[in-house]
Amino acid sequence: MVAAAAVRRRRPRRRGGPTPYVLLAPAIVLLVLFLLVPIGYTVWLSLRASRVTGGGLGIRKEMFVGLENYTSVLTDSAYVDGLLRMLLYGLIVVPSMLGLALLFALLLDTPRVRFGAFSRIGIFLPYAVPGVIASLLWGFLYLPNVSPIRDAFEAVGLPAPDFLAAGSVLFSVANVGVWGGVGFNMIVLFTALRGVPGEMYDAARIDGANEVQIALRVKVPLIMPAIIMTGIFAMISTLQVYTEPATLQPLTDTVSQTWVPLMTIYRDAFVNADIHSAAAASVVLALGTLVVSVAVLTLLQRRAFGRDR
Amino acid sequence: MTTLTARPAPARARPTHRPERPRTRWVPTALLLLGAVYCLAPVVWVAIAATKGPSELFSTFSFWPSFHGGFQYNVSHLLDFRDGVFLKWALNSLLYAGVGSVLSVAVSTLAGYALAKYDFVGRELIFMTILAGVLVPQITLAVPQYLLMSELNLVNSYWSVLLPSIISPYGIYLSRIYAASVVSDDMLEAGRIDGAGEYRLAWKVGLPPMIPGMVTLLLLQFVAIWNNFLLPYIMISDDSRFPMTVGLFTMLNQGASQPALYSLVVMGVFLSVLPLIALFLFLQRYWRLDLVSGGVKG
Repeated sequence: MVAAAAVRRRRPRRRGGPTPYVLLAPAIVLLVLFLLVPIGYTVWLSLRASRVTGGGLGIRKEMFVGLENYTSVLTDSAYVDGLLRMLLYGLIVVPSMLGLALLFALLLDTPRVRFGAFSRIGIFLPYAVPGVIASLLWGFLYLPNVSPIRDAFEAVGLPAPDFLAAGSVLFSVANVGVWGGVGFNMIVLFTALRGVPGEMYDAARIDGANEVQIALRVKVPLIMPAIIMTGIFAMISTLQVYTEPATLQPLTDTVSQTWVPLMTIYRDAFVNADIHSAAAASVVLALGTLVVSVAVLTLLQRRAFGRDR
Repeated sequence: MTTLTARPAPARARPTHRPERPRTRWVPTALLLLGAVYCLAPVVWVAIAATKGPSELFSTFSFWPSFHGGFQYNVSHLLDFRDGVFLKWALNSLLYAGVGSVLSVAVSTLAGYALAKYDFVGRELIFMTILAGVLVPQITLAVPQYLLMSELNLVNSYWSVLLPSIISPYGIYLSRIYAASVVSDDMLEAGRIDGAGEYRLAWKVGLPPMIPGMVTLLLLQFVAIWNNFLLPYIMISDDSRFPMTVGLFTMLNQGASQPALYSLVVMGVFLSVLPLIALFLFLQRYWRLDLVSGGVKG
C-alpha cells in the first residue's frame, strides 16, 4: 500500500489547461449569481434602512444605519420567541426522526424479519410527499371536524385530543416533520448497513452475542459516519422549518405569523415590505446555522472520520 | 463444500446457527409494520377522503369510503376549478422538476468531475465555497434571490424558479465524491498517452461510470424541486405558473372562507401524491444511496 501511495504521489494530477475551468463555468456562474451575490446583497441591505428625513417635508430616503437592524431584530421578542421555538422543534424532531430511522434500519437488517420489503417501502413512501402536501394531510387529520383520530377516540368513549391547542401544536407540527423525514434517513442508514460485509458480525455471533448486542455494539459504531451525516442534514433542514407551520397556519390560530424565524422573515419582506429587517433576520439565521453546523462537524469529525485521516 | 446441500442462502450469506427452518422474529417484524402503518395511514386516509363529496367530508366516519358519487364530483369539479388550473399546476410542477433536475445534474456532474480529476488554481477556494453553500440554508437566500430577480425583470417567470433550482451545492459535492471514486485515473492517463483530447476523455472515459450516480442525483433533485414550496411561492404571483404545491396551498387558504373547496383540496392532494409514488416504486432499484450515506469513499 505504501508503494502504491508513493506511485500515486509521484504522478501529479493533470492540470488540463483551461479544461477544468470550462467544465466548472456553468456551476461558477450560477453559484455567483444565486449564492454569493444574494449573500452579499443581503448583508448590504441589512446595514441600511429607509428613514424619513428633511423635517417637515418627510422624504423617505435609504441610508446606512450600521447594526441598528440587528439590534432591533435581536430585541424583537416575536423573532427571538420564534428562534427558541425553532430550537425546541429541532430538539424534538432531530432525535426522534433519527432514532426511529436508525431503529427501523437496524430492524430491517435483522435476519429473519418478515414483510421487510413492504415495511421498507411503506416507511419510505412519505419522502415522495411534498412538505406542503404532508402538512395538508396531517392538517386534515388534526382538524376537529374531520379528524379520524378524534372519531376513533370518541368511538371508544375517550375525550378527543385537540392537536391544534396551544400546548400540543408544537408536537403536532414536529410530527409532520418526523413523518416526512424518517423514511429517507432510514433508507440511507439501511444502505450503509448493507455495505458492511457480513463477516464483521461473525466474531460477535461466535462469542454468543444476540442480535440486540450486535446491533448496538457492532453495527451502530460501524455506520457512525452515515449517522452523523444524516444528523447534520436533519439539523440544517430543521433550522429551515417553514413549510409545515405556514401550511397549518390557516387551520388554527395557535400558529402565529411569526411562529418560526422564516415566517417572520417572510412577513417582514413581503407583507410589511420591510426588506432591511428581513435581511438582518436572514443573516442572523444563516450565521446561526453555519455556526451550529460547523461546531457540530468539528466536534464530531475526529470521532467519525478519524480513521480516514 | 458440505454447505452446498443446505438451504438456499439468504440474500446476504451469514452463518446461521440453527439448522432447522428459520423462525420469523415477530418483535422486529411487528415494530416495522407499526412504522409502516404510521407512514401509510395518512396516505390511505386521503385516498378514502377523496371519495367523499363536500357534504360528506365533515359528517361521515373518516376511515370508510363513500360511494355516492363524491369521487366523480371531486374529480370533475377539481378539473373544472378556475378553467382547469389544476392540470396547469401539475404540468408546471413537471416542468420545474423535470427541466430543473436534468440541468442541475448536468451542471453538477461537470463541476464534480472537474473538481475530482484536475488540479488547478482556485480549486480549493471553489470547493470551500460549495461546502459553505451546502451549509447555508437555501431558504434564507430566497428573499435576496427575489430582489435579484426583480432587478433582472424575471420575477413571475418560469426562469425565476428554474434558475435558482439548477445550482445545487450538495449535488456538486456528491458528484465530486462519486467522480473521485468511479472514474479511473489510469484510463484517463492511458487516453492522454494515446493523444485523446480532454473533452473527449471526459465524454468517453469520465461519463459512462458516473451514470448510476447521476441517476440517483436526478431523483434527489427531482424530488427536491417538486417538493419546493417557498421559492415558487415567493417568485410567482400568476396562478397559471404555480407548481402544484403552491396551487394547493392557495386553494386551502381559500377553503377557510369556502369550506366546499376542502373536498377538492383533498382530491388534489390525492392526485398529486400518486405520480411521485409511482415514480419511486418504479425507480427505486436504480438508486445508489450509498452515495448519500458516505459508502462511496472519495
